[in-house]
Amino acid sequence: MTTPDDLKYTKSHEWVRQEADGTVTVGITFHAQEQLGDVVFIQNPEVGRRVRQGEECAVIESVKAAADIYAPVSGEVIAASQEVVDKPERVNQDPYAAWLFRIKPGDRSELGGLLDAAAYRELAESEKR
Amino acid sequence: MLKQTPLNAVHRGMGAKMVEFAGWEMPLHYGSQIEEHHRVRRDAGMFDVSHMLAVDVCGQGARAFLRRVLANDVAKLEAAGKALYTCMLNEAGCVLDDLIVYCLAEDRFRLVVNAGAAEKDGAWLRRQRDRLAPALLLEPRRDLAIIAVQGPRAREKTWSAAPALRTATEALAHFQAEEAGGMMVARTGYTGEDGFEIVLPAGGAPGLWRALQEKGVAPAGLGARDTLRLEAGMNLYGQDMDETVNPLESGLAWTVDLKPGRDFIGKAALEEKPAARQLVGLVLLDKGVMRGHQNVLCAAGAGEITSGGFSPTMNRSIALARVPAGVRPGDDMKVEVRGHWLRAKAVKPPFVRNGKVLIPI
Repeated sequence: MTTPDDLKYTKSHEWVRQEADGTVTVGITFHAQEQLGDVVFIQNPEVGRRVRQGEECAVIESVKAAADIYAPVSGEVIAASQEVVDKPERVNQDPYAAWLFRIKPGDRSELGGLLDAAAYRELAESEKR
Repeated sequence: MLKQTPLNAVHRGMGAKMVEFAGWEMPLHYGSQIEEHHRVRRDAGMFDVSHMLAVDVCGQGARAFLRRVLANDVAKLEAAGKALYTCMLNEAGCVLDDLIVYCLAEDRFRLVVNAGAAEKDGAWLRRQRDRLAPALLLEPRRDLAIIAVQGPRAREKTWSAAPALRTATEALAHFQAEEAGGMMVARTGYTGEDGFEIVLPAGGAPGLWRALQEKGVAPAGLGARDTLRLEAGMNLYGQDMDETVNPLESGLAWTVDLKPGRDFIGKAALEEKPAARQLVGLVLLDKGVMRGHQNVLCAAGAGEITSGGFSPTMNRSIALARVPAGVRPGDDMKVEVRGHWLRAKAVKPPFVRNGKVLIPI
């Protein structure tokens, strides 16, 4: 499954999972890691940082290029994965398990503006063409 | 319309990610670029480099002609089967291309030039031929394919895939070539590992590729080729040098033969003034990845990354950079990576050769 149905997506290729406690977990999609190639370096945001929706908050460097990761919603960064920093290749191996950071949303209405799986699939397909 | 090598369908059949490179449709990787890189360092990998062009220079006086148009001296190729890395310069001493020249016979030499410069090289060579040696034949060999088999086990795996080649190529030393069975096999490469570059008729390329694959040679794409050559401290034309710089500013002084008694195109310009800049290696001490065109600062002044990336063997970022002439190995450098000045150290390439890291961190 390259675009799981139970996640939300952004046009900039992040996936977003709404957790039971109201926080959201963020990673990059299968399509994004495929376009980037082997990921070799990840710089995550600091825990406690306040971000606005669409703000650059992490950097992924692959063998090919650097990519900015944008906050899918506004809020506070409450966790950042050390696992992907230590093993960037996890993002290629299992992009939906290898999350990058978690945000406690400030404005939950922003979640409604994210893409569902069908809309994201269409976006990814159109980029491949 | 992109040009395709004789192995295009084979790459596609293997699921390669195909990209444009110098007007050609080439495989970037077949899954994981880093995995392909490690296969070459540790075992054996193969590259389709048929986009590069072989140009045969035939006729009496071929050697004298090449001594005029190439910056290294083909007089060093005193016997058939020897090869030499060299630049071809313009009158200003700047780099038109870098290439390997093979002596196949006293009246037959072969140049293997970069895909992106092939057309320009052809026009330049014809112009110089018309001027210096009109009787010479210049023969671009688009009928040939080139497969590079590289890695510590490349030679033995080549012999097991193509047993007929063994006798002819077993005794080849580095930078030697042998013609056998309609192929030219050279013990050269662009990875810092042992191996062969095999030039053969286009029709035979898919068969040899499959035979090599059956013997466990891993197909590798342009992505791995780039990280391997960067680790090996080898320049990439168009990135580390081009028509705006001379070889002395490009880490290629060792390929320019300035001995008196031979004139070559560009020599006068090179002798006119000392190089104000040089190409050095950089190892990034902080976390991040250096990329081409990033700014470099050091005590001697400002410079620029020409090739940068991630070294899978060293597990950190390395680069080649053009910096002021005063920089020495070990000097502290700063590189501007995405708005931050990161710490780096100047080093003397190569970074990696024959599977071993040569730069102490």
